[in-house]
Amino acid sequence: MIHDGFILAGILFALGTAGVLVRRNIIFMLMSIEVMLNAAGLAFIVAGARWSQPDGQILFLFILAMAAAEVAVGLALVLRFYHQYKLLDVDAASKMRG
Amino acid sequence: MQVVFYISGAIAILSTVLMLTRLNAVHALLYLVVSLLAIAVVFYVLGAALAAALEVIIYAGAIMVLFIFVVMLLNLGEAAVLKEKNLLTSTMWVGPAILSAVLIAEFVYILSEGSHGDLPAPVEPKQVGAALYAPYLIGVELGSMLLLAGIVGAYHLGWSRPQKDR
Amino acid sequence: MLRLLWLIPAIPFGSAFILATLAPRWPRKVTAVLGTGAIAASSAMSLLIAAEFLRNPPSGNAFTQVLWKWIDVAGFRPEVALYLDALSLIMIAVVTFVAFLIHLYSTEFMAEDDGYSRFFAYMNLFVASMVTLILADNLLLLYLGWEGVGLCSYLLIGFWYRDPVNGLAARKAFIVTRIGDTAMSIGLFLLFTSLGTLRIQDLMQRASIQWLPGSGLAIAAAALLLGGAVGKSAQLPLQTWLPDAMAGPTPTSALIHAATMVTAGVYLTARTHTLFELAPPVQFIVAIIGAATLLLAGFSALAQHDIKRVLAYSTISQIGYMFLALGVGAWTAAIFHFMTHAFFKALLFLAAGIVINALHDEHDMFRMGGLRRELPVAFWTFLAGGCALAGLPLITSGAYSKDLILWDELSSPSGAPGLWAAGIAGVFLTSLYTFRLIFLVFFGRPGTEVTRRPGFAMQLPVWILAALSIGAGFLERSITNFLAMALPGTPGTARGVISETSSDIIAALAFATGLLLAAFLYLRPSVRQPSTSALQRLWLQGWGFDWVYDRLLVRPVVWISNIYKNDIVDSFYDGIAKATELAYRAMSHIQTGRVRWYAAGIAAGSALIIAIAIFL
Repeated sequence: MIHDGFILAGILFALGTAGVLVRRNIIFMLMSIEVMLNAAGLAFIVAGARWSQPDGQILFLFILAMAAAEVAVGLALVLRFYHQYKLLDVDAASKMRG
Repeated sequence: MQVVFYISGAIAILSTVLMLTRLNAVHALLYLVVSLLAIAVVFYVLGAALAAALEVIIYAGAIMVLFIFVVMLLNLGEAAVLKEKNLLTSTMWVGPAILSAVLIAEFVYILSEGSHGDLPAPVEPKQVGAALYAPYLIGVELGSMLLLAGIVGAYHLGWSRPQKDR
Repeated sequence: MLRLLWLIPAIPFGSAFILATLAPRWPRKVTAVLGTGAIAASSAMSLLIAAEFLRNPPSGNAFTQVLWKWIDVAGFRPEVALYLDALSLIMIAVVTFVAFLIHLYSTEFMAEDDGYSRFFAYMNLFVASMVTLILADNLLLLYLGWEGVGLCSYLLIGFWYRDPVNGLAARKAFIVTRIGDTAMSIGLFLLFTSLGTLRIQDLMQRASIQWLPGSGLAIAAAALLLGGAVGKSAQLPLQTWLPDAMAGPTPTSALIHAATMVTAGVYLTARTHTLFELAPPVQFIVAIIGAATLLLAGFSALAQHDIKRVLAYSTISQIGYMFLALGVGAWTAAIFHFMTHAFFKALLFLAAGIVINALHDEHDMFRMGGLRRELPVAFWTFLAGGCALAGLPLITSGAYSKDLILWDELSSPSGAPGLWAAGIAGVFLTSLYTFRLIFLVFFGRPGTEVTRRPGFAMQLPVWILAALSIGAGFLERSITNFLAMALPGTPGTARGVISETSSDIIAALAFATGLLLAAFLYLRPSVRQPSTSALQRLWLQGWGFDWVYDRLLVRPVVWISNIYKNDIVDSFYDGIAKATELAYRAMSHIQTGRVRWYAAGIAAGSALIIAIAIFL
């Protein structure tokens, strides 16, 4: 089960990556990033359970705190982005010319 | 108990895939919440009850709610759904699908010599707490500073200046 | 007192350094005082040392001051040492005094120029290098001074660097004298490897012991040193740079290209006279070069329009006289002519500068006229200098020095009547072109209007130089006797042909003929156009030397360098640059500015790295 737990984490992580790469809507990209973070946390918990130690959960706690802070700031940025570009398309924020 | 693990895992994966393919943001968020709850169950099966509770309370309960609030604030409406439809074509899935497949394959390969153990022993919240406030004390402090920074950043970014555009 | 000899070059070096680094921020008066004061100090020092030298001559009639050991490598030990004898004493006295007067003149002449402090820095550096050249104890230090004056000449000719013509003239001067300098350095190598030292006095001694007169080594060494002298003194075939060097400011032309630098070749030959005496063929060539140059330059001066170019060709011609003297062994005569020439040629240039300045930078003689009444200062001083140049008998110094040379041509054992005749023809030509200049500029109908009169700083030097041009001739006896302390006398066995007085009279007749012909041709009011006959055009171009050199030397070299410009080695480096540029263009496609592209990059990269970690 430990082994399968890792595989589960890996699959979720890969799905999150695919989500980041595919969707152009910022909200969806942020959601996919949350999925990736969650998968990483799952991997930590599985590792902690393997050794029956609290360290896994502690690190999951830290990841959680970080995800919370990141979402707060990220969504504030999304609001600013929408305020300026009137769109949620992330490709609109590209001023480079080739 | 092991069966619960596999079912919850399947639900998590399924709801994540569904989340990625929705056009409406709120629908996708709800699917994401389902996925997180399934993961919480997985945590509980693995013996990490505290982690399961935290997952539900903080991740699904606070972070996702924040997402939903913001989406509601943006007030996108039907036009956004149509636009998403235009943006999300099937050809766009090719590259990311390949990348993700490669990643999954690598993970599976790395983990291929793992053990198929049985149910792990549960780790009590008391143990977690004791460890948190002894060896990982600095981490706690840093985490609190990070949250403070998040608060200040979010407040500053959210405050719309009277004249200046950006 | 003699111990303070090192101050004579040191003070101008120091002031040049200060002027170059600090003076641009100071007011002009300070720069003028510092620049002129340094040379004044140097000149005063040299006059005091001269007085001391005359009162108590040091033993052997020479004083050596060793300053420090310069190089010490495998038996090659030149020192930085100064050597003072009658020859170098006369030269530094004349050079520093004339330089002081010219600096004083420049404080007013260059007063409106932007590069005021730069000018004085260069001029001071020049004087310092020239004095080093003269006082050098060994040929390496002399070569240092040699190169120093060449550098300053380049810097000062191209002083107004914003006009590319001046830069071209400066480069031409530098490159042509470089040819001579290369010959000279090969000569130094030859001298060192065969005689083992570069100290001039030791060199002379060893050469006279080890080399037989007419031996191959002596001829080679003398010829190579002659090459250097010819380049620096603008004699045939390296004379083409001097007329173009008139692109520099007039005080520069006066100091460098009339009175001092161009006489460095004469000084070198006089210093190493033993070598030339040991190589009679080379010495004969010196005389031939002198005679040919003086005639060629004299003809060219007849056809020039620009007042400074006339004076430039005149300088070439007069140095030809000095070479003529050196060629027949009349060492003291050559140095005496150097002294008088320094006075009257500097005077002529400075007076011409007054004219040019007054007419607001007009150089063409045919547009001037009637300045006799407008600029009396320029007229009288120019007349004094011109008469000295042409050789007005009895009262001008030029006459005395030229007569001495002409007599030595006839009387010296290695002299020849042909050389004497060339000298007499030269007197006629000199008189002709000098008075042509005077009549065109100062007589006749007024041409361009006078807009500025010279002030005190410009007048004082020309008056002093005018007095010297007239009075220095009376010192002929004392100076030649003084120089006999350092240079061998001219063995003058009178040939039975004519006596010295007859030679003087014939020279005076040549002078008068030239004056009358010039008056006849140029004093008429109708002549305002320069004649354009083919002969005049040939002389205007300096006998076509520039044309020949351009076709023969310059164009092939330029053609060859153009071939080399895009050779294989170049292509290799160009290829590197092109490859880099291609890579840049290719890589710039990666920078799209889209977030998802970057995220894809990260994901692909991590997949790659994990794969490497697994499989390798």
